Parts: sequence; C-alpha cells; structure tokens
Amino acid sequence: MSDRVSVAKTYKLYIDGKFPRSESGRTYPVTDSVGGFLANASHASRKDVRDAVSAARKAFGGWSGATAYNRGQVLYRVAEMLEGRREQFAAEVSACEGVPTAEAMSTVDTAVDRWVWYAGWTDKIASVLGAANPVAGPYFSFTVPEPTGIAAVLAPQSSSLLGLVSVLAPVVATGCTAVVVSSADRPLPAITLSEVLATSDVPGGVVNVLTGRADELGPWLASHADVNAVDPTGASPGARVDVAQQASGTVKRVLTVPGDEPDWTRRPDISRLRHYLEAKTVWHPKGT
Amino acid sequence: MATASSPAAFADATRDETSLSRFLQGLPGVDQVGVEARAASLGTRSIKKTAKLWAIDTAISMVDLTTLEGADTRGKVRSLAAKARRPDPDRPDTPPVAAVCVYPDMAATAVEALAGTGIGVASVATAFPSGRSSREVKLADVALAVDAGATEVDMVIDRGAFLEGRYGDVFDEIRAVKQACGDAHLKVILETGELATYDNVRRASWLGLLAGGDFIKTSTGKVSPAATLPVTHVMLQAVRDWYDATGELRGVKPAGGIRSTKDALRYLVAVHEVAGEEWLTPELFRFGASSLLSDLVLQRRTQHDGHYSGPDYVAVD
Amino acid sequence: MSVWEYAPAPESRDLANLQPNYRPFIDGEFVDGGGDPLKSVNPATEEILAEVGTAAEPDVDTAVRAARRAFEQVWGPMPGAERAKYLFRIARLLQERARELAVLETLDNGKPIKESRDSDVPTAAAHFFYHAGWADKLDYAGYGPDPQPLGVAGQIIPWNFPLLMLAWKIAPALATGNTVVLKPAETTPLSALVFAEICQQAGLPAGVVNIVPGAGDVGSLLVRHPGIDKIAFTGSTAVGKEIQHAVAGTPKRLTLELGGKAANVVFDDAPLDQAVEGIVNGIFFNQGHVCCAGSRLLVQESVAEELLGKLRARVSTLRLGDPLDKNTDIGAINSAEQLARIRELTASGEDEGAQRWTSPCELPERGFFFAPTVLSGVEQSMRVAREEIFGPVLSVLTFRTPDEAVAKANNTPYGLSAGLWTEKGSRILWLADRMRAGVVWANTFNRFDPAAPFGGYQESGFGREGGRTGLEAYLHV
Repeated sequence: MSDRVSVAKTYKLYIDGKFPRSESGRTYPVTDSVGGFLANASHASRKDVRDAVSAARKAFGGWSGATAYNRGQVLYRVAEMLEGRREQFAAEVSACEGVPTAEAMSTVDTAVDRWVWYAGWTDKIASVLGAANPVAGPYFSFTVPEPTGIAAVLAPQSSSLLGLVSVLAPVVATGCTAVVVSSADRPLPAITLSEVLATSDVPGGVVNVLTGRADELGPWLASHADVNAVDPTGASPGARVDVAQQASGTVKRVLTVPGDEPDWTRRPDISRLRHYLEAKTVWHPKGT
Repeated sequence: MATASSPAAFADATRDETSLSRFLQGLPGVDQVGVEARAASLGTRSIKKTAKLWAIDTAISMVDLTTLEGADTRGKVRSLAAKARRPDPDRPDTPPVAAVCVYPDMAATAVEALAGTGIGVASVATAFPSGRSSREVKLADVALAVDAGATEVDMVIDRGAFLEGRYGDVFDEIRAVKQACGDAHLKVILETGELATYDNVRRASWLGLLAGGDFIKTSTGKVSPAATLPVTHVMLQAVRDWYDATGELRGVKPAGGIRSTKDALRYLVAVHEVAGEEWLTPELFRFGASSLLSDLVLQRRTQHDGHYSGPDYVAVD
Repeated sequence: MSVWEYAPAPESRDLANLQPNYRPFIDGEFVDGGGDPLKSVNPATEEILAEVGTAAEPDVDTAVRAARRAFEQVWGPMPGAERAKYLFRIARLLQERARELAVLETLDNGKPIKESRDSDVPTAAAHFFYHAGWADKLDYAGYGPDPQPLGVAGQIIPWNFPLLMLAWKIAPALATGNTVVLKPAETTPLSALVFAEICQQAGLPAGVVNIVPGAGDVGSLLVRHPGIDKIAFTGSTAVGKEIQHAVAGTPKRLTLELGGKAANVVFDDAPLDQAVEGIVNGIFFNQGHVCCAGSRLLVQESVAEELLGKLRARVSTLRLGDPLDKNTDIGAINSAEQLARIRELTASGEDEGAQRWTSPCELPERGFFFAPTVLSGVEQSMRVAREEIFGPVLSVLTFRTPDEAVAKANNTPYGLSAGLWTEKGSRILWLADRMRAGVVWANTFNRFDPAAPFGGYQESGFGREGGRTGLEAYLHV
C-alpha cells in the first residue's frame, strides 16, 4: 500500500476577514526547528500593512461600539474554537518551537485558558479602571476607560501561540482592533489562529495577521498615522528603538516591554489591558 | 384666553392656551449650576471710589421703600414717606427714592404724604401676598389702590395656576389687572421662591412680559427665598431678550432680602452686565426693600466722610 | 463712554514680594546657576520683573544626583504616612501664601488676578491636599500591593498655568515616593521658585524637589539625562513629539499632556445663556492659553444666528486690561512671540474666508494684548479650525445633525477635550461616548479637580493627571 500524497496547505495573510496573498507576491519558506521545510508563508509588505490598517480602522467603530457582553461572548467563542483545534495547534507548536508534543499540548491549553481569561475581562475592566470622581462642586464626574483605537502588535518571535495569544487577546478584549505581525520563523500557529478567528464570530478587520519580518514592518506600522498604539515585543532591540522613534510622529502609545521575551506561562495581569485603554472623564452639572 | 395685543413678534405665542403653553415650554432651559456660577462670578466685581459713589446714589434712587406689615399705620407710612423724600436729612444732595410701597388701604396716605415730590406710590394688590382669592376681589383690590392715586401696582401672579400649567389663566389675569391699572405702571410679582426652578422663573418672566407687565418682580418678601442674584440674572436676561425681539424696554425689580449696599452693588453689576447699561435707571430697575436704604445712606456717608459711619447717624424709619 | 465706569480696583503688586533676583533650587538650597540669567517680563507692561538664574549642564547633573540621593536615602524609604504630612504642609503653606502667589503669578504670566486668585492658586493647593492622602494608601490604588515609585522624575511645565501645572506634576510624583527635578517655563519661572521656598518652609528633605529654570535647552538636558527614570511634560504637541523621539529606546517612562483643538458642540435645545457662558469660559479663560480650550464652536445651524448674537453681546462685556485689576476678565498675552502667532493665525482665518468679529474693547498702549475675537463661517479645512491658536480667538462652524457634529468634532489629530450643550440626557450620553477626547464637559466647560483624571487621546498626549488613574504615571505598574 503506497503512502497517500498529502494535500499541502497554502498559507496566506489574514486581512479584513479574508485570506489574501501578499500584495508584493513575496513568500518565504518556513521550516521546523531542525530545518525541515514546512510551508511557504506570505511575506507581508508595507502595502499589506496599509491594507491591514485600513481594515482595522473600518472595523474599529463596530467592535468598540459593541457591548462589552457581546465582545466577551465573541471572544469566548474563539476559545471554544481553539479548544476544538488543540491537536492541530499542538502539532504546529511542536514543529515550530521544537518542543515535545506533550509540552506543546500544555502550551496550547494555557493559550486557550489565557484567551478565556481575557474574554471574561471585557465587561469588567471598566468597573475596575473607571471611577465616579468625588469633585469639589455640584457636578457628576465619572471616568471610563475607552479603547485607544488601532494597535500594531509585533508578536513574540519565540512563543508562537501562547505568546501571540498573550499579546493579542488583551487588545481585542478592550475593544481595540489589531494588526499583528506574527513570529517570522514560527508563523504557522498565527495563521491557524486566523482561521479560527475567521470562522468564529469576530468581525472581519478586528484582527489582521501579517506573516513577515517585525523589524521590516514594525517601523511602517509605527509611522502609520492611523495607528494609535504599538506593542514592540517581537522587534529586535535595534528595531525597537526605530519603532519607538517612528511612533513619536503621531504620539502613539508604545508599550514598555522587557528586553527578553518573558515567561508567557506566568499569570498575566491587567497592565496590557490598561495600555490599550484611554481614560475619558465626563462632567455634568447637578441641578434642577 | 383673551386675545392679546402682544408685539407682533409674539402674536403667535399668545394666540391661544396651547400656543402659549408651547411657547413657554419651548424657551431655552436654564442650567442651575451654570447660572449660579455666573452670578457668583459677577458677584466678585470690585466697585471702588467714584464708581461706588455713583452706584450708591443710583441704588438709592431705585429703592421702592416698602412697608407691608399687618401693623402698618398712617403714622408709619408718613414717616416712611419723609425718609423717602430725604433719605439723609444732613446731606440734602442725597437723591430721593423711586417710590414708597404700601398695602392698598395705605395708598391714600402715601399719596398725600408724597404729593408734589415726584416720588411714586406703589401699592401691592391682587390679594397680596398669596393671590388666593377670586378675580373679582383681586380687581377690586387694584381699583382700591388706583383710585387712591397709586402710580404703580405690584400684583402677584396665581402661582397655583402657573404650577398647574394653566398659563392662559395667569396670562388673562395679568391682562385684566393691567387694564384695571389705567395709567399706573404694573409690576408683576412672580414669587420665584414658590416657582422652585429657574426654568419656571424664565417661563413666568416671559408670561409677565407677554401679558403686558411693565416690570417683572421677583418676590413678595413674604416667602423665602425671596430675591436672589441668579434668579435676577434669569429675569434680566428675559427683559434683555424681550428688548432684542421687540425693541421695548421692560423693567426688573428684585425684592426681599436685599439689605446691604454690598448686595445692592452686586445687583447693579448684574443689571449692567447682563441686561445692559440702558437698565441702570429707576425707570427700569428697582429694589423692593425696607432696611436697604439705611445701609446705602450709611455707606454714602462713609464714602463722603472718609471714615466709617454708625447707625445712630441715620434715621431709623 | 459708559454710564457706569468701574473705577480701577488693582490688587497691590507689593503683595508679590518681588525680589530682584531668583536662583535655581538644588538639593535644598538656592544656588547660582551656570546658565545665562534670563529676565522675566511682565507681559502686561513689558517691564522686567526680575533676573532669574538658569541651570547649566553641571547644575542639572547636580540636581539629578541630589534627587537620586534623596530618593534612595530619604524619600523612597520614608513611610507613606510621613510623606503625606509633608504634602499636607505644602498645601497649607500654599493657602497661607495664596495672595502673594496670586499676585506674583499675575505679574509674571499676565493672567487676570481673579483667575490666579480664584482658580490657579486654590486648585494648586487642592492638588497637594488630594495627593497627600494617597501617599499612605497606594495599596488601595488598584495597582497591586505595595506599588513602587519610578525614582527620579524630570518634569517640564508650560507657561499658561505656572503654579498649577507645577502642582499637577509634583504632587502625584511626591505622593507616590518619587523625587523630582522640575523645569518651569522660560517666561514664567517665578512662582516655581517661591514654591521652592515653600518646600524649605515645609522642611521637605533636601533633594526631593529641585527647580532648574531655563529655556528648552535645560528641558533637553533633563530629557536626555541618564539618571532620570521618568519624564512628564506638559506643552506643545511639537515639543512632545521631540521628547517622545528622544526617550525612544531608553528605559525612561513618559507621560505627555499636549495641545488640543477642542470642539464645543451646541445643539438647538441647549440652555443657551449658559452655553454662551461656557463658550466664553471655554475660549477666553486665561486669554485662551489653555490646552483644553474650546477653540472650535460647533453650533447647530437652526440656532447659530441666535447664539452668535448672544455670544457677541456677551463677549462685548468682557473687560480687557490690567491683569492686576480685580475686574479684569482678559489679561495679557504671555509673550510677544505668542502674540505674533495669534495675529498671524487669525489673519490666516480672514484670508481663508472667515468673517472676523472683534470685541470693541480698548487695548492698553503697552503690553501684549489681543482683543477677544470670533471668526465665523469657518470650515474644517481652514488653518484656524485645525491648528491650535492658544489665544482668545474662537472659530465658529456649524452642523446639521448629531452624526455630523460628531464627525466634525473628531476630525482632528488632537483629542484633549470636548464640550456638549443639550438638555437631552440621552443625547449627552450618546455624544459623550463618541467624543474621541479625554475630557468631556457636558453643559459646562473647563472644570478641573484633583480627583478627576485629565489627559488626552491621540496627539494630545498620553497618561492622565488626577484621580486614582493619575498615580499610574509615577508607579511601576
């Protein structure tokens, strides 16, 4: 009995809810941890950045305007879908990161749990960060957190799934929309996550995933006037400076990140949620 | 509702009860915090030297010197009239007040005591202060005052009717009283302390102006709160807006609770900066007060003498 | 000639206790700075008020070292309850010397005495009172147990509210356990140096607060100094961007409070007279030298004419003149440079087709003054609708529907504040949700309180000042 020839998958970008090839036509080979060929991934260009930002802006109004409960439901649905694809993710994580299947499975489980954790924050973060301000006058003054806008996320290079989920989920939980540059050498889990997002209830454009080089695309994202916040995690130390400098051109919020990739299995806190939120203070007089 | 002869600009507003109601309800709202903040801010104006002297004399000339007590006697009214004529006998350059304000049964006494002085006699009427009687009785009250020679009538509106939303009844009553006044000027007392909100003060002000009141007046002095600065701001804004729309100048009279020169100056600043300098005349602004005059006279002396004066140097009437 | 001219009612300038010379305050002492002294000018008279020593590089270095030493040895280890007591002392001293500070501020800045007296100085004291209470309660601020200070904060403040901006910066920094090196604005350094004296009177340990006067070069030294952990800046968006660029790639933390081009949106059902007050306050408070000024009036077409009539009448009553006069509503423009900029931008509005109306008030012969001005018929494309004028110039635009109002209000790279005027509650909340601005004033304008966070969206900066939220800027979180 001869071995069946498998059907190889073409990996593409995820922009505006669709899976286009890179506008540039570029691809690059993705290998496993020991150099074996896995796939050709699209090598995103600055024009793909442009399209992704445009899609993220278009989606922002609807996503940020949805009720927090609705966003929570949608994100929880994503977790359900992730859970359903545990085996596939584990295989990709194992291949990309070179870890044993059991360890990869554990990583996937943590990633799913991380997604669930953030899904639950959507309708709670406002009550944790918001306030009724006791001002000295006849006014009702309250402060509410609101999503900053479009976040450019340079995903971690090492942790292809858990790291990605840890930096992406807080963005969308706040109501921001995202343009993500995946790990360059380990992009497969990011592409599979895109497929999950596309088949869950997340509206197109809320998350856009580009496979390619963070150091190449990061400065384009950071200089794009319609991007509001940047997470430079996946950029090299030199590129981070460039990204931060470019970001100053339109006063973007640049996340302070540690020099080396953190241990993503550690319990998260709400600092990433805070980063993607603006505090809005509203005043109104109290009278008859 | 009687057909009104309001200025053309507001003919539609007074066509019928429904139109009047819609017009009054459609006036821009008044934000309480905003108007109170503005009044407080203008209250910090610092009036010094010549500006202060001018203001004191102007304030004296705007006083409706008032006695509205159950214990009023002819003697009390006569002594008040004497003070009205010469607020500071030691200083004959002190201007006389605008009017003396009494109950209708005392109007004749006041008229007699003030004959030939040019000082007006104002009489409250229309079942003052509550206004709770029949239209017939109210008009008889007005007739009593006018027949006695009162030159000004201070009527009270029917606050009950106003708060019930029967604006047409209030309007008709003001018109009827205006007619009964003949040549006497009509001041319409809104009793703002019972209207409770600035929105109501604005509506009642416009109601009084539409119905033909020559003045709108804050209070009877028998209800607390009486005149306040923010309430007066709202009323000054109403006469200003009325002027802008019709070209007619109408007056404002805060009454009750204005006791000190400092208070009076704050009101004059409001007149100056909210309505405009045209209103800085007794023709268009009055203070309804009893004790204010003594303090104005006291402060006038201080300004002229260059040292503080004392109550023993001012007549108590 | 008015029927009733208010006689001059000037506050005595002697109250300012003006000194001929002021010096930098470093490590608890007033010292001779190595920089070229600057002359602080009274913008209302163009007279020189005093000579102020400025810091040179070694002085900045000494100040940063002093702040570091104070942070590590004294202020950092000090229990919060003890830090609090110093802040309470400072608050009381500000109140006790309020009159002096108000007069000094008015002399140096040109703002009306009624504003420095009733707004700047009392609010500055309130900021110290408010933050003093936080110093021993940081565990409850929502940043986890025992949140840690950042270290040495370099703070750079503008000339529009010299003492108040100092309070907004220093109070939260000290309450959270940081020490500071603060640079006051070049044209308004005096109240900061009197504040330094207050720190001495309060017995504040040496080095906790350092004041280094000077121009932009001193600010730049602070921004680039490796011994500084955090930069807090209030000022123009252009300089904010430079600072963000300069600290990029360094471990320094940064908060920015920058410019704005706020819309004040008036609907036809607004409480019109109070809206007029709010518009006047929004653009003419502090001569319009306010980053959150309501510089774009967006008025619904159906009520535009009536509102503009009322507005012009009201603006005509504003009294412009001697800032020390207690009846002055509009004082002096802070500097000749700023005046030139206001003139240039206003002229550009006329050139682009806006109709100019200027209050008929007389301008004093000396000093930097600009009469309150309303430009109507402004379109979103004009410079006066897009650029921050930072002066008493209002641009008036119209809209037809709520959606259009939102679109125009948000059509700016800034996002500091917005004003809304309508009596309809549900519309207020609908609009408040949609305003891309850090502060939304509904049926009021320019309200400030230490308990209410303040700060911008987009190019108006990041980070907040005030409230629990404001503590984040000075903590490791």
